[in-house]
Amino acid sequence: MEQPNLNYIKELSGGDAGFEKKLIGVVQAELPQEIAEYEGNMKEFAFAKAAENVHKIKHKLGIVGLEQGYVLAIAYEDELKEGKSTLKVEFDSILTAVIHFIKDL
Amino acid sequence: MLNCIIVDDETAARTIVSHLCSQVDELNVIDEFPNAMQAIKFLNKNEIDLIFLDIHMPDFTGFDFIDSLKNPPKIVLTTSDRDFAIEAFEYDCIVDYLVKPITLPRFLKAMQKVENFKIPVVQKTAAPQEVKQEEASEKEMYVNIDRRLIKIVFDKIFLIEAKGDYILIKTEDKNYTVHSTLKKIEEKLPDSLFLKVHRSYIINIKKIVDIEDNSVLIARDVIPISRSNRPELMKRLNLL
Repeated sequence: MEQPNLNYIKELSGGDAGFEKKLIGVVQAELPQEIAEYEGNMKEFAFAKAAENVHKIKHKLGIVGLEQGYVLAIAYEDELKEGKSTLKVEFDSILTAVIHFIKDL
Repeated sequence: MLNCIIVDDETAARTIVSHLCSQVDELNVIDEFPNAMQAIKFLNKNEIDLIFLDIHMPDFTGFDFIDSLKNPPKIVLTTSDRDFAIEAFEYDCIVDYLVKPITLPRFLKAMQKVENFKIPVVQKTAAPQEVKQEEASEKEMYVNIDRRLIKIVFDKIFLIEAKGDYILIKTEDKNYTVHSTLKKIEEKLPDSLFLKVHRSYIINIKKIVDIEDNSVLIARDVIPISRSNRPELMKRLNLL
């Protein structure tokens, strides 16, 4: 399974440790809120709103280097807009991995 | 030096674009905004050369935002949506379309385009206005809601908003969601009272509370005014 990594952040920073720290801090603050909102919407079967959450979350997946995760998020966002959630388990497992990853940074 | 602003509801996205801008000597980030309304207020008082704009924002999309600007500067879209590229390039002011997460090489390529890009000056001809024959007694219409025909008096309508396959009719008494399109209802409404001010909004011009450059206040709703519809609105106001 694809693992979260800092490749994109490192490449973007060009060695600027201050920027890396800043961006990681923003992701650490913003992503758990977005995930909580997504989970709340899924509990209420508010798929259209959950699609909005996934839209934001997918950018974060790209930031932590999950290229396949990003592609899956696109497909999941599309199916949520259609009222389906067949990719939920797969997407949620990616979120779990990302949350563990950013907590340890 | 190009003065620019960043409009995106995601802090991470603004942080990244701001960092990318710092890599280019010619770019000067004046400010960042988490929503379009704040940016519009800023632009009403300040001149900017370039906007980095997210498309997908709650309430007011990037395209709504562009529509609301009188003279939009150069705009680079920053988005996680790949689906809007065709629509994006229908706007003369849009220079490039960056898909998130944005890399430095792709950003630098966009900046080269910005440098060479000139917004074309287009002379717009106003579309011939449709002349509608209105019956003297035409003061209301009926809409089909849950198999009932509900009477709606034109004078009581504040505005009509497009909502996907539906329209939301806001009136003094109640709001009605009707399965129809803005185009269909526009044909039923008297021209003397109603005006389409945005691709998603028709307003009752008698219900205007005030107008602030690119938006109009109707009751408690702030409605964006498209650049292309603004002249007609101003013409109507002069007649009042």
